[in-house]
Amino acid sequence: MTSIPPSLEESYSYNRKVLSYIHLAAERGVYEIRGLGAKRQVPTFDDLVFLTGSASRYPLEGYREKCQTKTVLGTRHAQQPIELSIPITIAGMSFGSISANCKEAIGRAATEMGTSTTTGDGGMTPEERQSSKTLIYQCLPSRYGSDPDDMRKAEGIEIVIGQGAKPGGGGVLLGHKMSARVADMRTLPEGIDQRSACRHPDWTGADDLAIKIGELREITDWQVPIYVKIGATRVKDDVKLVVKAGADVVVLDGMQAGTAATQQVFIEHTGLPTLPAVRLAVEALDEMNMMGKVQLIVSGGIRSGADVAKVLALGADAVAIGQGVLMALGCNSATWTKGQQQIDASPDYASLGVRPGYCHHCHTGLCPVGVTTQDAELEQRLDPAWGARRLKNYLQVMNLELTTLARACGKSNVHHLEPEDLVALTVEAAAMAKVPLAGTDWIPGAQTQNV
Amino acid sequence: MDPVKEFDLSKSTVREVNHFLHHQLQGNGAERIEILNPDGGHSIAVGLDAPVEVHIRGHAGYYAAGMNRQAQVTLYGNVGCGVAENLMSGTVWVKGSASTCAGASARGGLLVIEGSAASRCGISLKGGDIVVGGDVGHVSGFMAQAGRMLSCGDAGPGLGDSLFEAVIYVRGTLGGLGADAQQEPMTEDDVAQVESLLQQADLEYDPRQFKRVASARTLYHWNADVEQEY
Repeated sequence: MTSIPPSLEESYSYNRKVLSYIHLAAERGVYEIRGLGAKRQVPTFDDLVFLTGSASRYPLEGYREKCQTKTVLGTRHAQQPIELSIPITIAGMSFGSISANCKEAIGRAATEMGTSTTTGDGGMTPEERQSSKTLIYQCLPSRYGSDPDDMRKAEGIEIVIGQGAKPGGGGVLLGHKMSARVADMRTLPEGIDQRSACRHPDWTGADDLAIKIGELREITDWQVPIYVKIGATRVKDDVKLVVKAGADVVVLDGMQAGTAATQQVFIEHTGLPTLPAVRLAVEALDEMNMMGKVQLIVSGGIRSGADVAKVLALGADAVAIGQGVLMALGCNSATWTKGQQQIDASPDYASLGVRPGYCHHCHTGLCPVGVTTQDAELEQRLDPAWGARRLKNYLQVMNLELTTLARACGKSNVHHLEPEDLVALTVEAAAMAKVPLAGTDWIPGAQTQNV
Repeated sequence: MDPVKEFDLSKSTVREVNHFLHHQLQGNGAERIEILNPDGGHSIAVGLDAPVEVHIRGHAGYYAAGMNRQAQVTLYGNVGCGVAENLMSGTVWVKGSASTCAGASARGGLLVIEGSAASRCGISLKGGDIVVGGDVGHVSGFMAQAGRMLSCGDAGPGLGDSLFEAVIYVRGTLGGLGADAQQEPMTEDDVAQVESLLQQADLEYDPRQFKRVASARTLYHWNADVEQEY
């Protein structure tokens, strides 16, 4: 066995990563800002597996027996609830954080798959309205580009209280991305580092929120559903408050959610991972007797059809994806596509001091594959038609994986998946998801029955 | 067709009134809408988009005339939080005083408050004009991006915190400036701007008595050497 001499022993508390952080802080005097989501390891949906059909339960045939994926959102108060073909929606991402081509690609893919897209900080662009059949209009603390006409053009409204990547924090868009068009939409000086408010300008607290929801309903004549999005922190209290305030749909964004730019300390050190957050939200709805009346959309690190199936089994009605969308459009790919050609993007990654597969430099606006940029030259690297095809494929695969798992569990509708279909591979995941540890009937933390 | 249409909110609902204002003005011939007994109700006359006169005879609650476009709305009483929030165009005129967040994120139009406005008046202002006959409360003009806000009385502490390109004029005392806000000399252009705002609000003061507050622009870029209060 090789021994490590004391002179080469790395400190656990002050290891190379921590040293690098301290050295950078000492050099720059400002905190680290970056894009995408948490990189630290947290309990995920990978820690759950399905107990599919066997002798005690029979599965459905993959090619012959239907499995429904239709998803209806906003049935509580809206005259026109939203009907989607699949339970996988596209999360809010602003024009500014991503390019206009990117917005168009997302709209086209979502429309082809029968699902919804969402605006973002900065308002609605004509590209996304034109390309998206079902578009949710976000009402954010910044109110950049907030316009009642755009609101009335949307199929739903989402009041954003917080985001999973930065619950309690406001939006950030660094000067490189504050192009003339973005600045004009947001009524800000071109090129400035935008720091947005973390609280809404015209309401504070749940009592006010109820009145705000009432105002938006009046402006839109009670036609469209009103979602409320929260970052996952005190999930049970927050879900109960927004439901009491009158939300039709709760959007719950877990810790692994992405962002265009925020302080790294937010990304890595705030909020609940999505896994425990889902269960807490479902419990809150259940305790209010609101299951099936108020719908729950979960986002934050949803990557695959398996993740979707597990979130639905834990009680959600739908998911929203953001980072996966960007990756389907080429984020972190080594190449970008020009016609039939694959162009090497490695030199552009290298100029950012990173390699494909590790990039989180959305905040710089210098995205090597043209996704998270406002640079006139870089944004041409994403062709909307090419991007739409890729994203449609990704959504299609996720949906196929979802129905595959649902059929294997004997479900003819993906919304029939249930916690009883799941077990956990780790004690932590069992405690958080409140399903038994695999091979046992033990749910850590659950009340034991008196024998 | 009667050019005056009257609603009594002790008999009708806010929803009925707003529905009429959104969908039944055209072809109805009504040019002036009278709303009686508002009794502090919320969201009265929100989301209008027509060149119509609306008179609300009494006190109104939250978000009166919110997101207004084109209409001339007059409120004969005090108003709750967020009057004329996200005002796009037209005029909202409050005969009494306003609670918090008056004219929040307004993008155009004119909001006149004859009395005083509470905290966060003109928060996130994006291009409209706000004229307050009396005082404005603390942190008014917070993160205001564009447009003009004028107070003929005193301003509370934290005025213009994190201002962008909006300009604030105050006739009385400044209770304290927020981060990155600074008092600047009044130019002849400022005097003309104040004169114009006062005229639009039927107020008679000497424009040269006003102070100008605007952004020092030190927070426009992340900078380790700037005081890190933000």
